[in-house]
Order: sequence, then structure tokens, then C-alpha cells
Amino acid sequence: MKDIRSEFTALSQLIYGKPLVYLDNAATSQKPKSVIDAMRCFYEEHCANVHRGVHRLSELATVHFEKAREKVKNFINASSVQEIIFTKGTTDGINLVASTYGRQNICAGDEIIVSQMEHHSNIVPWQMLAQEKGAILRVAPIDDEGAFLFDAFSALLNAKTKIVAITHVSNALGTVTPLKKIIEASHACGAVVVVDGAQAVPHCAVDVTNLDCDFYAFSAHKMYGPTGTGVLYGKKKWLESMPPYQGGGDMIASVTFEKTTYAKPPAKFEAGTPNIAGVIGLGAAIDFMQRVGVQNIAFVENDLLQYASIAVEAVPGLRKIGTAKHKASVLSFVLKHVHPHDISSLLDRQGVAIRAGHLCAQPVMQRFQVPALCRASFAVYNTKEEVDVLVKALIKVSEVF
Amino acid sequence: MFDDDINDLYQELILDHNAHPHNYGELKCANHQARGHNPLCGDDVEIFLLIKNDCIEDIRFTGQGCAISKSSASMMTDELKGKSLAEVQAIFHIFHELLTAEDSSKLDINALGKASVFSGVKQFPMRVKCATLAWHTLIAALNDKNNAVTTE
Ligand SMILES: Cc1ncc(COP(=O)(O)O)c(C=O)c1O
Repeated sequence: MKDIRSEFTALSQLIYGKPLVYLDNAATSQKPKSVIDAMRCFYEEHCANVHRGVHRLSELATVHFEKAREKVKNFINASSVQEIIFTKGTTDGINLVASTYGRQNICAGDEIIVSQMEHHSNIVPWQMLAQEKGAILRVAPIDDEGAFLFDAFSALLNAKTKIVAITHVSNALGTVTPLKKIIEASHACGAVVVVDGAQAVPHCAVDVTNLDCDFYAFSAHKMYGPTGTGVLYGKKKWLESMPPYQGGGDMIASVTFEKTTYAKPPAKFEAGTPNIAGVIGLGAAIDFMQRVGVQNIAFVENDLLQYASIAVEAVPGLRKIGTAKHKASVLSFVLKHVHPHDISSLLDRQGVAIRAGHLCAQPVMQRFQVPALCRASFAVYNTKEEVDVLVKALIKVSEVF
Repeated sequence: MFDDDINDLYQELILDHNAHPHNYGELKCANHQARGHNPLCGDDVEIFLLIKNDCIEDIRFTGQGCAISKSSASMMTDELKGKSLAEVQAIFHIFHELLTAEDSSKLDINALGKASVFSGVKQFPMRVKCATLAWHTLIAALNDKNNAVTTE
């Protein structure tokens, strides 16, 4: 583990004179040198636009860019690189599906199901679509532990259900949803399934072919990669029949003032110069994860989560929120009536970075009747000693209030 | 227990007002009121004023939020009760400058009474809005702005 930590320069800094304990990985992870180097190498050595020039640098840039697409395809086991669309991130990917597939296929009276624990980015685009089309947004509930209630979800499915938009792992509660069952049941009633994989891809092996999901969106920056880059996986049959997202360069086959014909996927959905360095960085992040081993990452994080879940019980007045059986990486809690921002400010001065607030999941706050949550979230480079620092600091907070 | 600067932020006085806020609850006879919201923290405050003869005859607040926002509202209501509107504007100005101006050494912070304890918040840029929310909401109430104030 020491070796892994040393690859992350940011982790060795002091914050207010104390060693940084970075436990806000669900917001964004730190980046290993290999990712930063890959991006620097692009800018220093083969910076050029992709898919355009016929000169040497453009050719090199295109090769690296497309190599990253191949890596993503293998990483999530898609059947073809044509199913891998580069986006700005999860939010962008979900909005892409809502504005293309959604606009094309949702009519008045149709139903869209989301869960009660979605991130705002998997609620608002569907709400906007439903408003535009006169469709209905249905919410699949969760229980007091934060577990997905499959039977209640099944009961919502009907012939009018056209889209099921569901998270793979909840960013607020850490809950892992029974995705395979959800997808099977949704398909059985003719709905497509859009998966928010932002919190899953960093922590577990994802196989979109085995899941049989229709769309799967995730962000590079939560999986040791750069910000501003993400992936939308879509089944080829949908991508081919969907209208384009944005118009512009790279997404066309031919343009005249009378008529434009569109390129095939994925180019059809990648108008404009993409985040080339970001995509190359994402490729390097996948290399990093595969080098460490996705199974090992999951093992280390689960071990930390177990350890931390027990350790925080020593903090007087602390209540864990999100205690489902199947969880990944996330430990959320409240402490007496202390507002999470007060807790976070106090921890910050101990060098401990956690997230405090509504976590972009206000319906989760409403479900558990709290104004906000504290969230510690783990990555492969975290240690039990860091958990101990967190617990000690929380005990101090508990004494102050 | 914690370092000095964090103790500056979470002083006894602030913790006390957080645990036992003064002037908390609706003011039924209010003739001015406004609601403020800090989307970052989710702090929510409503200020009720009874103004008579250009003077704050009574002031109360409700809402929920972090210790900084709640204690700030509590101390503000203590300090402003009985003050003239001209005094209120002057005090608001000093409070605002204390937390946001680069150089606050020339301010007459005695005018703030207890609320001067918030000078330490300046070391915590992310939390300045928590301390100023109640004050901005107060100004909105005075101006009868019915749209909820937000710190963003
Ligand atoms: C579950 C979940 N979905 C979606 C997002 C949005 O990701 P991004 O901000 O990278 O688009 C996040 C992260 O913020 C998340 O945790």
C-alpha cells in the first residue's frame, strides 16, 4: 500500500501542518503520477487535434485517443468501440441520453423511473424531459438502511415505463443496487435502463455485457483520472437509431446547406474537439486500476469500510446513515445535532478532508430527515491509520458540542 | 483541544448561542419578514421584524443550519433589538466589512457587541456566508424583499 500511496504526490502534503487524510474520494479521487505524466506527455510530445490532420502529430494524437477508447471498451467489457462515447462526465452522459434517446422515445403519459437515492444528475435531466413531454417521473423507494426495495420497484413497472434510470452505487449512502435484477425486470416490460455508474466503476469490476444495461455513464475523475472527461456506454442498436446530441465538427458524414448526414457512432455523439488530454488521462487511469487490480482495489476498500464502520461507533452520538448490506466505499453519518459543515470545518483543521452537505442528493436527505450528511469515502490508497485519525477527530468534535 | 484558529471559530459564546439560540421562534406581530437560504450548507433562516418609529421594536428568527449561521442569527437579534434603522445599517456595514474586507483594522467593532466574535470566521472563507446569511436576510426583510435571499 505504501507503494501505491507514493504514486500520489498530493497525498504527502500537510494541511494546516497536519498530514492530509483525504477521505473525499467519492467527490473526486487524487491522481497518480502515471495519469498526470500521460497527459503531460500528450501536451509536450504529440499535441494535435484528432481525426482531422493528416500530419504526423495528428496521427499520433488520434492513435492515443482511440487506444484509450479500446481500453475503456475492454475495461467495461463492451462489445465494440463504437459503443464508447467520450463525454465531459457522468452528468453529460445522462443528459445526452435524455436529450436524444429520451426526446425520441418518450411521449405524453409515458413513465420514467428513478430511485430515491439518485444523484441530482440522474434526477433533473429526467424531470426536465418529463416536463417537456408530459411524461411522469416515478420514484423507486429505499428502506431505512438505504437498501433498494426491489419489490416496490417491480410494482412500479408497467407497459408505460419507457426508461429506468438507476444508480449502480449511491454516492450518498454507498448502497450497491441489485442492478442485474433491475435490468432484467425492466427489459421484461420493455423499458431501457440507464445506469449511473459514477460511483461503481472506481470500486468494482463493471461488465456492461453481462449486466445487459442499455446505457452506462461514468466519470474519469472519480477513478483516478482527470476531471472533465467521462464515458457513456450505449448499446449499438440504440446509438445507431438515436438522433445526434450536438451538431458540429466531427459528427458529420457530409454537410451541404440543404442536408447534413451524420457520422456513425461514436463520432455522431462527439461533436467538436474532445478533451483529448483528458481521454488519454482516462486511459492511463484504467492502466493504473488494472495494474493494481480492480479486485484488489475492491478488497482494500471493503476492508477499510468494514474497519471504519465499526471504528466510528466509538464516537459518542454518531449515527450512521446508509447501512445496507451491499455497500461500496462510502460511510455517511450524522453526529448528535451538529451540522455537518461544522464537523467538516473542525476535521479540516486536523487535516481530514470529508464531504459535508446534501451530497447532490437532496431526496436522500429528505428520506432520512437530515439537513445534510457527513461522508467519508475511501480509495485504494487510504489506510486504517487514516481512519483512526478521523475517529479521533470526530471524538473531539463530539466533546466540543 | 483543537488548534487556536479553530477555537477562534468555535468559541464558547458561539457554541452557547448555537445550543440555546436567543429570540428563536416566529414573531406573530411582525410587520417585516424575509427568508434566506445558503444552498452550499443548506442553512435556512427566516427573520421577523416589528418596526415602529424607524426602530426595531422586536426581532426574532427561525430556521435551521450550522452553528455559525444559527449563533450569528441569535447574536444579531440580541444586538439589534431596540436599535434605530440608521444604526442597524451602520452595524450591518461594519459586520459585513469585518468578514469580507481585506483590512478590517479600522472598523469600530465595539459597535457589534457580542457579534464581534465572528471576526475569526474570516480565516474560514467557506464559512463566511454562514455568518452573514442572517444579516443579509435582515436587510432583505427591511426592504421587504419577498424573494428568498440566497448567498449564491
Ligand atoms: C452517483 C453520482 N452520479 C453522478 C455524478 C456526477 O458526476 P460528474 O459531476 O462527474 O458529472 C456523481 C458525482 O458527483 C455521482 O456521485
